[in-house]
Amino acid sequence: MKTEQKYWNPYLVGVGLGLTLLAAFVVMGRGLGASSVIMRLTVLTTGIFSTEHVQANPYFSEYTKDLLKDWLVFEVIGVLIGGFISGALAGRLKKEIGKGPNISNRGRLIYAFAGGAIMGFGARLARGCTSGLALTGGATLALGAWAFMFAVFGGAYATAYFVRKQWI
Amino acid sequence: MAPFYKFGLFGDQTSLVIALLIGISFGFWLERGGFGYSRKLAMQFYFQDLTVLKVMFSAIITAMLGLMYLTLFGFLDISRVYINPTYMGAQVVGGLVLGVGFAIGGYCPGTSVVGVATGKIDAIVYLAGAMFGMLVFGELFPLLKNFYNSGFMGNATLPEFFNLPTGLIGFLVVVMAVGMFLGGEWLERKFRKDGV
Repeated sequence: MKTEQKYWNPYLVGVGLGLTLLAAFVVMGRGLGASSVIMRLTVLTTGIFSTEHVQANPYFSEYTKDLLKDWLVFEVIGVLIGGFISGALAGRLKKEIGKGPNISNRGRLIYAFAGGAIMGFGARLARGCTSGLALTGGATLALGAWAFMFAVFGGAYATAYFVRKQWI
Repeated sequence: MAPFYKFGLFGDQTSLVIALLIGISFGFWLERGGFGYSRKLAMQFYFQDLTVLKVMFSAIITAMLGLMYLTLFGFLDISRVYINPTYMGAQVVGGLVLGVGFAIGGYCPGTSVVGVATGKIDAIVYLAGAMFGMLVFGELFPLLKNFYNSGFMGNATLPEFFNLPTGLIGFLVVVMAVGMFLGGEWLERKFRKDGV
């Protein structure tokens, strides 16, 4: 097996990401995103059980038109491919659970589900996540995006102490 | 003249191909920085590894300066570029909630996709959790609707809000980012225990 390569310099990665975002602005007139695609998957899954329920809900029904024929859905499929390519080139494709040494696998997965649920809720309330709101809106100097970004760091730093056993 | 799509240089079908290509680049760079691995992301919040801060602010200033110069040279019509609308109440509270979820879950939505691509089990479970949280949000939407729309300020931007020229705000953002980079390097030297 190939040994894992080091991650690239963070400033270089930042410039690479920034140029990707700039390309989206120049070519499409819009930024990047991720969380709305998870919303579309939620609507798709809920729709398998009951289409009536989806149509009756004022929030879910906003996503039903062209549910998967959406710009961000294709972008996120690209993220999967790009992440896979980079991971493969660096020898980092590995089935594992990201965690610190002081927590069990089961404990970490419970945290992962709970954190995902909290973040999913927050992303819908804020109308975006770290990519669609903080990064995209940050570059266009959108007021709400900057307020959101500082709130994210505030919420995370305030919580970190209580979940330190998970990571350190 | 850019944005090319807004000026009708290509249609919707082509735009989906472009979405795929831009996504590949996005995913590639996220993985290169280590954003597919939750522990590396979470170490940001213990001052041991400030990669998140460095990558995020260097990406923002790169794209921001690009937009400013392309506008200055008359290549880009910035009025046709999407500006996220501001809903101050919902976005500040949503941001705090999202931050709590970040420290607990270890990913954000975009990075969890990269985690899934590189085989991280916790990223798959995180994504299932995110879908559950969004289901709950949708079910509670009738109750949350007023708050969801609170603090609406249109497409407000920092230059408008502070009534300062865009160039000056851009300069201040760069100064702030450089300050954060220097502070981040200092914190890492002080707190870093092991390489993640």
